[in-house]
Amino acid sequence: MVENRPFLDFLTHVVLILGVAVVAFPVYIAFVASTHPSSTFLRGAAPLLPGNAGWEVYRNMLFEGVSTSGTPPLARMMWNSLVMAVIITVGKIVISIISAYAIVYFRFPFRALAFWMIFVTLMLPVEVRIIPTFQIAANLSLLNSYAGLTLPLIASATATFLFRQFFLTIPEELMEAARVDGAGAMKFFKDILLPLSRTNIAALSVILFIYGWVQYLWPLLVTTDPQYYTIVMGIKRLTAVADAEPQWNLVMATVILAMLPPVLVVIFMQRLFVKGLVETEK
Amino acid sequence: MQTKRAVFPNRGLPYALLAPQLIVTIVFFLWPAFQAAMFSFERTDPFGFRTTFVWFQNYERLLSDPGYLNSASQTAIFATSVTLLSMSVALLLAVSVNRLLRSSRIYTTLLVWPYAVAPVVAGVLWWFMFNPTVGILAYMLEFFGVRWNYRSNGDQAMIMVVLAASWKQISYNFLFFVAGLQSVPRSLIEAAAIDGAGPFKRFWTITFPLLSPTTFFLMIININYAMFDTFGIIDAVTSGGPNQATNILVYKVYADGVLGLNIGSSSAQSVLLMVIVMFLTFIQFRFVERRVNY
Amino acid sequence: MVRLPIVTGLAALTAILSTSVSHAQTEIDWWHSMGGELGTKLEAIVAGFNTSQTEYAVTPVYRGEYEESMVGTIAAFRANEQPVLVQVYEVGTGTMMAAQGAVYPVYELMADTGQEFDPQAFLPAVVGYYTDTEGNMLSMPFNSSTPILYYNKAAFEEAGLDPETPPKTWAEVEEFSNKILESGAAECGFSMGYAASWIGIENFSAWHNQPLGTLENGFGGLGTELTFNGEVQARFWDDLKRWSDAGIFRYAGPAGGPDSNPSFYSGTCAMVMNSSASRAGILANVEGFDVGFGMLPYYDDVEGAPQNSIIGGATIWVLQGHSDEEYEAAAAFLDYLSSPEVQADWHQSTGYLPITDAAYELSQEQDYYEQNPGADTSIKQITLNPPTENSKGLRFGNFPQIRLILDEQLEAVLAGDKTGQEALDTAVQQGNQILRDFEASNS
Repeated sequence: MVENRPFLDFLTHVVLILGVAVVAFPVYIAFVASTHPSSTFLRGAAPLLPGNAGWEVYRNMLFEGVSTSGTPPLARMMWNSLVMAVIITVGKIVISIISAYAIVYFRFPFRALAFWMIFVTLMLPVEVRIIPTFQIAANLSLLNSYAGLTLPLIASATATFLFRQFFLTIPEELMEAARVDGAGAMKFFKDILLPLSRTNIAALSVILFIYGWVQYLWPLLVTTDPQYYTIVMGIKRLTAVADAEPQWNLVMATVILAMLPPVLVVIFMQRLFVKGLVETEK
Repeated sequence: MQTKRAVFPNRGLPYALLAPQLIVTIVFFLWPAFQAAMFSFERTDPFGFRTTFVWFQNYERLLSDPGYLNSASQTAIFATSVTLLSMSVALLLAVSVNRLLRSSRIYTTLLVWPYAVAPVVAGVLWWFMFNPTVGILAYMLEFFGVRWNYRSNGDQAMIMVVLAASWKQISYNFLFFVAGLQSVPRSLIEAAAIDGAGPFKRFWTITFPLLSPTTFFLMIININYAMFDTFGIIDAVTSGGPNQATNILVYKVYADGVLGLNIGSSSAQSVLLMVIVMFLTFIQFRFVERRVNY
Repeated sequence: MVRLPIVTGLAALTAILSTSVSHAQTEIDWWHSMGGELGTKLEAIVAGFNTSQTEYAVTPVYRGEYEESMVGTIAAFRANEQPVLVQVYEVGTGTMMAAQGAVYPVYELMADTGQEFDPQAFLPAVVGYYTDTEGNMLSMPFNSSTPILYYNKAAFEEAGLDPETPPKTWAEVEEFSNKILESGAAECGFSMGYAASWIGIENFSAWHNQPLGTLENGFGGLGTELTFNGEVQARFWDDLKRWSDAGIFRYAGPAGGPDSNPSFYSGTCAMVMNSSASRAGILANVEGFDVGFGMLPYYDDVEGAPQNSIIGGATIWVLQGHSDEEYEAAAAFLDYLSSPEVQADWHQSTGYLPITDAAYELSQEQDYYEQNPGADTSIKQITLNPPTENSKGLRFGNFPQIRLILDEQLEAVLAGDKTGQEALDTAVQQGNQILRDFEASNS
């Protein structure tokens, strides 16, 4: 930071390590469970250290597929999840950022109404409106398609709200200066606002990608063709054994594998979290 | 509602910019939501063969049901606890990461990564850690003399679901706090340091106020999350029990709608829930947003 | 370029040819909820059907758990996208039955398509749940099970009990558990899945020949009222509380009781009562002791006990709105499914009950039960006596919601807030409200 305070640094590390331990503990459990036979997990006897069944399980899942659950190949499901997550991320960010721009930087009739109409989407979870939404999707022939998987999930206000908050913090001077320079609305948006929004876009990309990646109920309903199954449906299918016990080691291995793409997104997006970029010229 | 003083003069452009989101919102959200609201005034069989218009009967039933009122109070406790817990822990972690220069990437990755654990398995992981018979943490708690059985103890059940729900949100809040902290100008911090302010003082007088737009955003989102998106966790961990101790409003909506297939009652409950949250949101915008420094 | 027309022409020709070939084969969808290994087995069976003939092809589609699949089916139906066959759990029977415009009863399907179909070939206790009051089969049982008792032989020995003798009555359960606790062989006597619903009330009542509701447990019509708040059931819930306090009974959570089997695997509880289909999982996951099997315990001072137990699980329903060819395919497939070989194979691999006498006999001929002791406990239990009005099964609308109420009420009893009688009275009162709503919505 600004000065050198080694004790505070040390404390910071302690806090962070504790934080990671607490927050990542369940993930660690998942990893450990994937390396022990399923029965050990169920008996509660799984020790806290990984077992030696580890690589076997992962190799199985990756190369031979999950022959015991009848799901389509892992790769196909990951691909579907990937497409879905990317479309949702990009789609949501694009429509939200321009909507937020309109709401903050313009005055026009029904402005507040538009904002609240968008905002209210936060308040009715998809599970409640699922039957009517499904009907609409069916009527628009969106079943069993990427459009059907993604469009209904793009309509939500999180990103719009975030961008609105961010835009409100941008100093008026920037906009005045742009106007004085003769820049139009879209030029201002493209040349000034967008670069400034980089950090927020990065954060949103991570969150939205993961959001799209872990969707379960809506894809379940809207796809009856196994070709469109997402990875989470595959995982759930491994666990939904009525009256029997799931193979937890397989399930957890799939869970860990399924977490890799989001992790890659996190790592990649961090490049945009560059310190010192945003403020100086404010 | 706050707004900028300086605006662009364009007339048609704002509508064009809003159009995509509004269209998707109307088609895939408002219209189905309206239909769901219509359901709340009907009594219908699941397949839709026989539908009777019953006015406010569903609502009357709900409001006179003591179970519903209990649910409302459990929800208040739950939502407040989850929001406070997940936001404060996330803020602490974000500030810590922000202090460091070198290891921040690793810590950030490690702290955001758990968010990618799909909700379908999060429940099982929690069961594995906490269930009274074979859970690891249950075992450790017994070691410390705590008689852990959330299957019969309502307070323990509430603690469990609060922990489980907060856990997921910590990663989320953390990420946005980190992003928000990025936009606090270093120049201000440095100036304050030169003036002799210590790190804690700098935080409370400069960083925290400047972070308020993000904090406000997260507050709304977290309360929303706690009120609307947590039925999956409750279903996986306690199923609303024991004896209704964790039967929060949205879980009731889910249980009555998806499990019980009582579309009329569940729609009425969601309308009520929506009204409650809209009211809360309105209050927040009205009274809390004043304190936000833009 | 000249090539393009030729290529397009060939492509078109292939398309025409392939459509004309596939047009002869009728394809139907079967929506199911079997995941994991069960799902693989199901797909193998379907593949067997598909390869055994060329006229019909069934496509199995996994639709999530029973509740999710139900919502999906309803949503699909409302959007006119429903499949031909769907697997629905037993507590959805009331809902499916009331949806008269949506379902195509199996007996009618078989008659209309001229499929050979002998209702007598089916085990009455298995099929009875899904028949109407005249005995006509409405849906086809697919994966049915009934609860039995599993016990830890090593723990019994350590407690000085005979490891080959399971407890028969609840008095014996209490006695054995006390010995087990005293000797330290286990921390708890027994646990139970579905303690408030399928096992602890529904099967308990049937096993003791006590009614669950009027009008033949709801088979007789939508005007049924709940009557499971009898003395016998109240006594059982009070005993559960007493045993829980004494450490004999450990409550394993609502609905299916997620802690029940794990507490058995780990040796924490010496006995567990759960579905007969848990057998494979139990045998695979216990370590260090042999497993014994027994029938459900009963109160020997109740007249009529033990009667017979009822089934749980899911059945296959046929939905309206499809073509005649599709229904022919469905009938052929259902016929295939009920053939002795397929049933015996399914029963033996999964632990679900065989639905026909022939399948049961085939398994006996194959010496399956000799090699797998305890695998026929469930069959013996459901066929112990011919079913009475009280033990044929139940048919209540919105029953999943009523089960939720039962879970809550049992938890109240275990917490000491209510007596068994009070809790059951509340459950009956709230449950009747739900039944009246269901009646109103469906008439």
